[in-house]
Amino acid sequence: MDDELAISVRGLRKAYGDNVAVAGVDLDVHRGEVFALLGPNGAGKTTTVEILEGYRHRDAGEVSVLGADPANPDVTWRSRVGIVLQSTGEFDELTVAEVIRHFSGFYPDAEDPDKVIERVGLAGKAKARTHTLSGGQKRRLDVALGIIGRPELLFLDEPTTGFDPEARREFWDLIRALAAVGTTIVLTTHYLDEAESLADRVGVIVGGRLAEVAAPNRLGNRQEALATVSWRTPEGTLESAQSATPTAFVADLAARYDGEVPGLTVTRPTLEDVYLTMIGHA
Amino acid sequence: MTTTTKPATPVATTRSRRPRAGALALRQGRLEITQFLRSRESVVFTMGFPIIMILIFASIFHGTIGGEVKVTQYFITGMIATGLMTVSFQNLGIWIPVERDRGMLKRYRGTPMPKWVWFAGKVIMVVVIGIAETALLLAFAVALFDLDLPGTAGKWLTFGWVAVLGVTACTLSGIAISSLARSARSGSAVVTPVSLVLQFISGVFFVFTELPTWMQQVATLFPLKWMCQGLRSVFLPESFGAQEPGGSFELGRVAMVLALWCVIGLVLCLTTFRWTTKRDG
Repeated sequence: MDDELAISVRGLRKAYGDNVAVAGVDLDVHRGEVFALLGPNGAGKTTTVEILEGYRHRDAGEVSVLGADPANPDVTWRSRVGIVLQSTGEFDELTVAEVIRHFSGFYPDAEDPDKVIERVGLAGKAKARTHTLSGGQKRRLDVALGIIGRPELLFLDEPTTGFDPEARREFWDLIRALAAVGTTIVLTTHYLDEAESLADRVGVIVGGRLAEVAAPNRLGNRQEALATVSWRTPEGTLESAQSATPTAFVADLAARYDGEVPGLTVTRPTLEDVYLTMIGHA
Repeated sequence: MTTTTKPATPVATTRSRRPRAGALALRQGRLEITQFLRSRESVVFTMGFPIIMILIFASIFHGTIGGEVKVTQYFITGMIATGLMTVSFQNLGIWIPVERDRGMLKRYRGTPMPKWVWFAGKVIMVVVIGIAETALLLAFAVALFDLDLPGTAGKWLTFGWVAVLGVTACTLSGIAISSLARSARSGSAVVTPVSLVLQFISGVFFVFTELPTWMQQVATLFPLKWMCQGLRSVFLPESFGAQEPGGSFELGRVAMVLALWCVIGLVLCLTTFRWTTKRDG
């Protein structure tokens, strides 16, 4: 096993009855990498991640997470892995500070609870009962519990659901800060801007299989894809053309319109375009 | 989320500060007690129920049994046993499905907390609340209805072991039955009828020997009847033993049946306990 790999998966399979959730996934995540798993609902993201987290048993395949098989997690392994589940854990009777402090006691080298509360932006809510929190604040509490043990590897399953745009930006900063000190991060998300902004590599999972793994700007050969050039004719109708050499094309247009091309735009497929094509909703 | 805070070092530095297991269990117990006391319905129904029942009973019945023992003296045994069953069996059987449904158990499973610590926390909570509730019940009964407390060390000792064995059996059964509930709401639907029926057939609300024989025989299979019987030996005069179905208080048998239920409960816990809901895999 390569020591540089935080996660190594070969031929992972999992079915629930007749429903095949994961149909042969191969995946490597390097230490210190931020890896995003994209895919539509029901594509197998959560099943895959929960197998890696040691919550679910697999039907077949080889899985190594931090050098151990997560099917038999021991206490030491657990203390090196941080988990933010898709569903929140609702400790309704306790306050934010009580929950975080209690969970910090499980870890050998836990972060200071007050610092973590501050980092996730719950300082003003530390003494509030958790059932009084908004959806986004509950999610911040989940993130706090995920990072309280100073994990080497952090799993985040749709972490920013329910966040307002500002909270998402703050969360991204937090993830970047964790990544900057070498934390390996695996996150699933529905937000393509989130994947593009945070991840070193993204994997697109469709129908239980990894369709592609690449850097966000290389996914679906985005770099090499045809550019779309659009402009307006003097009559005001919108024209557009696909081109492999958009610079030359625009130069031609410029000559044709004598300098300034009305309403000119040049675009390449966004991550969203590429993603939608991949999952078959182009 | 301030990023100015110095980020954590993820590389293992000192792994020597691993929390000690005993301390973890005590912390877990304290947390469970806090959670219990903060949920008002638990406090009212678990701790208040036996007290309310003894108040009602003592207000309805004023006579004596056999001309020498106050009715309260007889029924306190059933109320103590019911209280102990409520705090262990009913409390856990209802709350564990709620915690499972809320994702609390799943959350615990993702931490390095050893599994047994969670169970230890529940046991500590049950024991502390059980002692508090029983003490409160006895205090009420002594103050308002002239209850006679056990007079000898031997009787207190019997009280002690019957309570410990009974609570253990009921705690384990409560944890086991919690896995039957599919959702948070079905917990009380599963547990409440079971404990209500047991209370009626085990001699909590009636003098046991006045119940139909078949009912007595069914009750014999479950712990509550034996808890009541053991407690009668503590609170009633020796001579009352002769009126028991077996001709004596049969303390040996009480111990045996309760111990057997501890084993059954433990086996069921170990084989059926679930940390996640069914839809959670």
